[in-house]
Amino acid sequence: MPSTSTYYKIFALLMILAFATTGIAFIDLGIFNPIVAMLIAVTKATLVVLFFMHVRYQGRLTFVFAIAGFCWLLILLLLISTDYLTRAWLPIPGAIPPMGF
Amino acid sequence: MPEAAASPIHSPMKHQFETLAQQHHADTLGMWVFLGTEVLFFGGLITAYVLYRTAYSAAFAHASLTLDIVSGTIMTVVLLGSSLTMAMAVHAAHLGNRRALAVFLILTIVLGLGFLGIKGHEYYQKWEDHHIPGPSFVWDGPDARAAQLFLYFYFALTGLHALHMIIGAGIMGVLLLQNALGRVRTYTVEVSGLYWHFVDIVWIFLFPLLYLVDRHK
Repeated sequence: MPSTSTYYKIFALLMILAFATTGIAFIDLGIFNPIVAMLIAVTKATLVVLFFMHVRYQGRLTFVFAIAGFCWLLILLLLISTDYLTRAWLPIPGAIPPMGF
Repeated sequence: MPEAAASPIHSPMKHQFETLAQQHHADTLGMWVFLGTEVLFFGGLITAYVLYRTAYSAAFAHASLTLDIVSGTIMTVVLLGSSLTMAMAVHAAHLGNRRALAVFLILTIVLGLGFLGIKGHEYYQKWEDHHIPGPSFVWDGPDARAAQLFLYFYFALTGLHALHMIIGAGIMGVLLLQNALGRVRTYTVEVSGLYWHFVDIVWIFLFPLLYLVDRHK
């Protein structure tokens, strides 16, 4: 198990990242705004999982279990995106508009 | 980690396990399996949100600006703070320090309820502004239906998250009671901590997704 000083350091890092994500949101990075925001979120989540949730200090089986949900989520996102994000690429007569009400 | 038998926080071994270590391992893995289902539970909703945000980016950006970024940032800080106190509570449980465990559990509950209080205030502001989706929804601006859709997602995602927070605070209350009676198992605290940190991680993603759509404009 990690020492309490590790927890404080991780918390400090998380605080820096939390304020960074809010600050960066006000800077116009074009298409990179959501990408940077998500990268920071993934970094924060990784820090929490590895240190606060002790995955770094446990066996590989715990790591596999911890990463499994995330992998399934990636499959979900990827396969759904191949449908919704590509519907407008080819004009198909009579096709349903991508996201109509 | 100290063997639980030597600790004032006792950890009886269930008969189906050969060793205490095996039981602890099973406890941890079981919680991670549950959290895996939770990832997909929230993940489905977040996926739907991301797709609609891509389809109605202008309306979603406009609607996102009505959210209070100051309270959103404070909530993030409060929740990350509660994750720290939770980690410290688990640490105290492993050391068998009942007094420290009680203090950190109380701090976690207070921070969790603080988060819910700010969230409640935010919901109240939405009510005042007639931004609750439904018959009384009022929107001055274009794309009222898409803006309403954003707010549907806002309430569904944050509401589901708040429900998890309420359950989490309840779990902490039970742990506090068990601790006061001297009957808390170390690994009950450990897996409850996993749940609490997971709820924190959900907010880590919800905050940029909902509050920081297009702040720079």
